[in-house]
Amino acid sequence: MNSELLTVKDLNVRVEDKEILNDVNITIGEGETHVLMGPNGTGKSTLGYALMGSPKYEITGGSIVFEGKDITGESVNERAKSGLFLSFQNPIEVPGVSLSSFIRSALEQRSGQRIKLWEFKKKLKATMELLNMDEEYADRDLNVGFSGGEKKKAEILQLLMLEPKLAILDETDSGLDVDAVKTVSAGISEYQKRCNGSLLIITHSTRILESLKVDKTHVMVDGSIVKTGGPGLVDEINEHGFV
Amino acid sequence: MEENKTYVQDIDRSLYDFRNEDADAYRFEDGLTEEIVLQLSEEKNDPDWMRELRLRSLKLYNEINVPDWGPSIEGLDIDHIATYVRKNTKMADNWDAVPEEIKDTFEKLGIPQAERKSLAGVGAQYDSELVYHNVRDDVAKQGVIYSDIESALRGEYAQLIRDKFMHLIPPDDHKFAALHGAVWSGGSFVYVPKGVKVDIPLQSYFRLNAKGAGQFEHTLIIVEEGADLHFIEGCSAPKYNVANLHAGCVELYVGKNARLRYSTIENWSKNMYNLNSKRAIVEEGGRIEWVSGSFGSHISYLYPMSILKGDDSQMEFTGISFAGTDQNLDTGAKVVYIGRNTSSYMNTKSISKGGGVCTFRSSVVVNRSAENSRTSVSCESLMLDDISRSDTIPAMDIRTSKADVGHEAQIGKISDEAVFYLMSRGMSEEDARALIVSGFADNVSKELPLEYAIEMNNLIRLEMKGSIG
Repeated sequence: MNSELLTVKDLNVRVEDKEILNDVNITIGEGETHVLMGPNGTGKSTLGYALMGSPKYEITGGSIVFEGKDITGESVNERAKSGLFLSFQNPIEVPGVSLSSFIRSALEQRSGQRIKLWEFKKKLKATMELLNMDEEYADRDLNVGFSGGEKKKAEILQLLMLEPKLAILDETDSGLDVDAVKTVSAGISEYQKRCNGSLLIITHSTRILESLKVDKTHVMVDGSIVKTGGPGLVDEINEHGFV
Repeated sequence: MEENKTYVQDIDRSLYDFRNEDADAYRFEDGLTEEIVLQLSEEKNDPDWMRELRLRSLKLYNEINVPDWGPSIEGLDIDHIATYVRKNTKMADNWDAVPEEIKDTFEKLGIPQAERKSLAGVGAQYDSELVYHNVRDDVAKQGVIYSDIESALRGEYAQLIRDKFMHLIPPDDHKFAALHGAVWSGGSFVYVPKGVKVDIPLQSYFRLNAKGAGQFEHTLIIVEEGADLHFIEGCSAPKYNVANLHAGCVELYVGKNARLRYSTIENWSKNMYNLNSKRAIVEEGGRIEWVSGSFGSHISYLYPMSILKGDDSQMEFTGISFAGTDQNLDTGAKVVYIGRNTSSYMNTKSISKGGGVCTFRSSVVVNRSAENSRTSVSCESLMLDDISRSDTIPAMDIRTSKADVGHEAQIGKISDEAVFYLMSRGMSEEDARALIVSGFADNVSKELPLEYAIEMNNLIRLEMKGSIG
């Protein structure tokens, strides 16, 4: 195993007085790709939100350690600056803020430095090409009027531009057609290669995994990890279901 | 100074809040009497008709009640408003001739740097008098007149002014129009001859420095047939703990197939009662465009009105109000349709925070004669916390069945989800909220001249600072 990047220990999470996660343990090493599978409504997305630090999700026990540092009580933006990233299942529309200016100011906030416009534009253009995104999306208001597929591509675009150390992808493949899944999947493997990035891929289908190198698979049922295995576990689940 | 206006992070309220001592100023007694009005009239060397208008207005002022709708103006004790405050200075057309202290004020506010860069002409009013006025030679050569009203009253267009002055907004329109008629002082006269297109904007800047004073400037703009003008008006004042009053009047005459764009960014200090009246009349095929940003003042009553008199005349109104703690901004627009095939489009945004109140009040009157007219009203409000308020009061009086009428209102809050989303990309909560707010205001700031758009974004940043718990 590579050196540990993320260690989730005995994590318990509550949302509005309802216990969702019970004693979740996951350890992700540098450059590793983990898959989190399980039936609908079992707490997979809750884990993603809790790791990112959403104030709606109350951590009632356990800890989150990222790069050896306990971030259980840290604010969302501090986690982002440390290198955590969450790709949203339903990305939020922000009128009046263009996709490109948003990415640029996010980059500037993370680094605390001004970004050179020319280099930024060049990189943005190349990355959008990779994702088969029409260039005009760069100047459109963030996610406003984007189709489901374009929203997901815009998330992966942010992933590739921000280059975090660990990306949590929450149902990034849901609602996508075959071609879009391929494009998004190509974007994700680019992230693996370019940044030696680690991934926690939350999904309940396996289409997105076909062309990706997977290190570990976890199965979550009723807020607990019930099984952890290698990449082969995905095939097993495909044949026999979650139980 | 330039930098302070360009870099968002560097700006602070002291840019607007500085004030100068007014010890040497010539100043009338507080309160409003016939003696004061006559003294003012004499001081200004009014023509007879103007003196009569002042006295008639004073009588009306004493007869008309304060408005019984809208935000309370009880805090405004008119008996203690010195109605006329004037620096002991003469108007200059050379910036170097303006007294140091006043020059310093306007330089801090970015004038006349702005003039050097992108304006055809600038007028700057300090308290009750215009202290600086200049028009570019090439614009003057086209026959464009831009002067203070007082000189215009004695000039080539004296009769024209007599025919138009307070005809669109007569003194009996409401109490503060009457007050304006009695004590108006300073302001601008602009005349754009037939067919002349002024391709860079004219600007006036109003600064009220004196404590417990009133500013009653009059703006009269006449854009003749086929002519085109963009006029920009900026206002500010330092903060005192006593009430100040602004009761200006803006009268705009838009000729046949002419276009006038009138942009305002108002940043009065938060002790100001801004009871301003603005009105435009538009002839056949003409077009009036209003862009209005209201940030300052304690209380505002502001509803620019457009009379679409000629067939095929048009009006477009784009407005934004930002009310913080202890501010009640009652703003909107009115439009009266008379001509056929006339159209108007109102698009407004309001933001309230820290207990601030924004009210959007619109009035659309479509007369029977206005066949095939179209109107569209859209207002969006954003409340930044649970103690702020936002109201929408649209009134529509449609007297023809041949009109196309649309109204849309939205009131919203910044969603926690959106803040979480932006923060997950590394932004602080404050920056995330400010980004959402400036995004909300974006389609209005796009309408402003660039420097004002920057200033508006600065003001939003400034207002958003420290707004987090």
